[in-house]
Amino acid sequence: MTIQFGNPDRPNSYIGKTVPRPNAKRLVQGRGIYVDDIVLPRLVHVAFVRSPFAHAKINGIDAAEALNVKGVLRVFSGADIAKVCTPWVAVLAHLKGLKSPPEYPIAVDRACWVGEPVAAVVATSRAAAEDGAALIDVDYEPLAAVTEMMTALDADTPVLHADMGDNLAFQRLHEQGDVDAALKSAHKVISARFVTGRHTGVTLEPRSILVDWNPAEEQMTAYHATQAPHMIQTALAKHLDLPEGRVRVICEDVGGSYGIKVHVYPDEVATAAIAKIMGRPVKFVADRLESFTSDIHARDHEIEAKIAVQEDGTIVAMDVDDWTAIGAYSVYPRTSAIEGNQVVNLCGGPYNFKHYRAKTTVVFQNKTPTCQYRAVGHPIAVAITEGLVDMAAAEIGMDPVEIRRRNMFRDDAYPATSPANMRFEGLSHHASLNKLLELMDYDGLRAEQAELRKQGIHRGIGIASFIELTNPSPFMYGIGGARISAQDGCTVRMDPDGSIVALSGVTEQGQGTEAMLSQVVAEGVGVPPSRVRVITGDTQVTPYGGGTWASRGAGIGGEAALQAARALRDSILEVAAAMLQSEQSKLDIRDGAVVDSATGEARMPLEELGRIVYFRGDTLPKGLPRELVQTRHYITSDYPFAFTNGVQASYLEVDTDTGIVKLLKHWCVEDCGRVINPQLVDEQIRGGIVQGLGGALFEEIHYDADGQLLNGSMADYLVPMAAEMPDMIIGHVETPTQESVLGAKGAGEAGTAGSPAAVMNAINDALRPMGAQVTEMPFTPERILRALGALKD
Amino acid sequence: MKASAGGYARASDVRQALEMLAASDGSGRVLAGGQSLIAAMNMRLSTGDILVDISRIEELAGVRETSDSLWIGALTPHAEIGRNALIRDHAPLLSQAVGFIAHAAIRNRGTIGGALAHADPAAEFPAGVLALGATLHVEGLDGPRDIPAEDFFQDIFETAIDDGEILTGISIPKAASDERQTITEVARRSGDYALAGVCLVKRSGKHRLSLFSVAPKPVLAVQAMAELDRGDIEGAVRALQADIDPSSDTQATATYRRHLAGILLRRAVATIQGESE
Repeated sequence: MTIQFGNPDRPNSYIGKTVPRPNAKRLVQGRGIYVDDIVLPRLVHVAFVRSPFAHAKINGIDAAEALNVKGVLRVFSGADIAKVCTPWVAVLAHLKGLKSPPEYPIAVDRACWVGEPVAAVVATSRAAAEDGAALIDVDYEPLAAVTEMMTALDADTPVLHADMGDNLAFQRLHEQGDVDAALKSAHKVISARFVTGRHTGVTLEPRSILVDWNPAEEQMTAYHATQAPHMIQTALAKHLDLPEGRVRVICEDVGGSYGIKVHVYPDEVATAAIAKIMGRPVKFVADRLESFTSDIHARDHEIEAKIAVQEDGTIVAMDVDDWTAIGAYSVYPRTSAIEGNQVVNLCGGPYNFKHYRAKTTVVFQNKTPTCQYRAVGHPIAVAITEGLVDMAAAEIGMDPVEIRRRNMFRDDAYPATSPANMRFEGLSHHASLNKLLELMDYDGLRAEQAELRKQGIHRGIGIASFIELTNPSPFMYGIGGARISAQDGCTVRMDPDGSIVALSGVTEQGQGTEAMLSQVVAEGVGVPPSRVRVITGDTQVTPYGGGTWASRGAGIGGEAALQAARALRDSILEVAAAMLQSEQSKLDIRDGAVVDSATGEARMPLEELGRIVYFRGDTLPKGLPRELVQTRHYITSDYPFAFTNGVQASYLEVDTDTGIVKLLKHWCVEDCGRVINPQLVDEQIRGGIVQGLGGALFEEIHYDADGQLLNGSMADYLVPMAAEMPDMIIGHVETPTQESVLGAKGAGEAGTAGSPAAVMNAINDALRPMGAQVTEMPFTPERILRALGALKD
Repeated sequence: MKASAGGYARASDVRQALEMLAASDGSGRVLAGGQSLIAAMNMRLSTGDILVDISRIEELAGVRETSDSLWIGALTPHAEIGRNALIRDHAPLLSQAVGFIAHAAIRNRGTIGGALAHADPAAEFPAGVLALGATLHVEGLDGPRDIPAEDFFQDIFETAIDDGEILTGISIPKAASDERQTITEVARRSGDYALAGVCLVKRSGKHRLSLFSVAPKPVLAVQAMAELDRGDIEGAVRALQADIDPSSDTQATATYRRHLAGILLRRAVATIQGESE
């Protein structure tokens, strides 16, 4: 199976081109179907009473008044739900030592964070359910709360879960080479403390689920805004004691996910349990306030790190001590140890050096649980690495570009293994950096910066190289015992009119998965993308798969689709050869018709072949295979992950009177292997950059010392908005993975991975002549002024 | 969350609105553009309100001039304030302020009367009318009253409007030919409430300086004004610190706000001087 990807004039050349998104018009016209749009007969709504305390014993729940509210049907406590739903423990066998207590859909006798569900009120409308929820009288007995990350393991800090023995959820130490000796003998050792602010991925559509239990069929149907329908199917079946085959998860349109919607949430499982108990469809749509307390948080890290360099800029060692606090429970089923683990795996990633030590310490605290959010661990690891590299360059008086050039893995050095034991099939750090410098006119910008500095204008240029983990194999979750598929499948069929239907296990949350699949299938079969209908998000309909996360949609789902499409093409041509009394190898399918492959001469439209196969099969030779439905699955096996790489640059201006940072321009050159749809990839990168810029400058969840959430609304939690965003220039280098025909790696994490570090380095580049430096995100105006010593308290 | 309103009625004139408020037994809330009230209701920060909708009362709309002042109806939307030629000519500070207020959708519905009656200490219009020396007109069943801006803002979200009264409009003295007006602020994002903001008016050699987001209510910085009148800008920056009483929140500490107030005052003075040259 070969496709001449290098030839843009090849027939059916849709892979590599920007083709229209099949769902764009529908969504723009407001014809999307989100969970909240779905209404079933006898539908009821649930609202949750959530703990106002970070840690409290629940002595009793009085629902009498709530039950008197018009429209309120029933109230459920944690114990009520526990009768039909087992708790879960979010650990993975390969994350050795990871522990977490059993977690119930609704807290049974103790609430462990502000926002944990404590009771559920079911009513004929959401408003009535909220009226009822406001009248539930919970007898709380406040307990001491653990809120400080760095003292969580101290002897005088209370233990959050007595059964766990201490507040340590997970610890991992990775050591390569002799770090202590390298630090001792190096020319310079630079140390820094980094902080990444706790934030969350604010989805446009909040978390939503509608669950219907049909007792006659003994089937549960969950309409769910999720990235992983099959994983949710498994979780609901397991904990509600149903056969997996009797749980159907349907995922229609989803309004953004960013990793937020790839987890099993207590309130969503409770909704399913209530549907089963009441025998009625139950809808739960999180409102924005409860999203901030119940959607997973992420990135709450404090890091002490060192880099050792020689006089010529050679990096000899890195030493990273990472701490993260994950809230009260490890999140099911992916666990909350992955982010810290990724920091260990990804620090130093672009660089070829010998001595590396990294430790992550993951602790419990009475806050909202944290888990995987877009670019899991990457922005933290890249900030540590690239921050240190810039500091080292400044220390030895070397240009930040030059120090990177001297240390990055050479483009011809692959396959290679990083000091963190990550295996790279093929990366392009130098080609990407060169392209970036050209796009941004690095020397010109440096000259402009110097000129403006004379006028008292403080501009900075920041560079950040990175590696990006995509296309995960079972090494990410499966080997740890989680039923999370690393394999994905696609079924492609031809209907009588010659149109093509593709059913895929990967999912669409607004990023264009279906557009990508449509063009891959179109090229694979030989029809225009407009003749391909893509169906995703229904566990009873599509092949089993993992869904869309960790940038696997194109690399895994796309390859399965390509192979299925090529298999269908072969099946069609086998029939065509019989009908046309030709050799199969001399025929091709182009633009929806069977043609002579040498001359391109049209031989037969696919409609005609469809008519014969489906309605006049009697005219075909007996025994001729006529399988116009083909399914293929794909899983990566040569490498645990398909690493990609890239480099970003930020140009900005710091107002040293106010501390305000103005982003002037941003560049990213990344290498996601084969680019299937340039516009979708560029926008994926831009969106990712924006989320990274949010973490760098704006987004931070604030808690007080008692564990109260202080900013649970869009007025107080600052997401990045258009007015503050810079123009973004995106470039690509393509190093296709050799593991697949398609050669695609992921692109979803790159933007978020590198932009916070690029901004940090640019701010520090601007501040360096004044002897100031910031390493605590987000870089608020106040933090910048404090670094400058401008505020006297 | 879903709002939980106690009731809704639309008034066709001010008299009817006042009667509705009187009949609502203390639960009445005036609804104009709804850009703060509806958000608060949707978060159930306010429940059981009987909404008295004044948004269609014609006598509360429009901008008119007399020989020496402008009258701005309470229902004038922010967007209209921003584009109205009379306001641009005679109270340019308010036109400039609109550029700092929220986003287009909010500016289209939000009204100046709503913003003043809501009295958010971080909002632009309350500080603006304070700097401009405006008079606020309220009306109750007992008749109308005029309240100088200096007396109108009393505390965080608290004004001199009595229960059962409605803010009907404001009057602003027309700017003199040599008058300079400016507003400046610092916010984390375009359209956010300011971390600190300054309104500065120079009228016949005398200054009026008001600040927002640096105290529980907009502040007329009288000590700094006296320094400015003397021509001592650095003295004004120092004196300013006694005029303001900022608090700390998740966006900024009081210390940072105090620093910003001084920076913004210098910038406002520079703007006015630049315009005068």
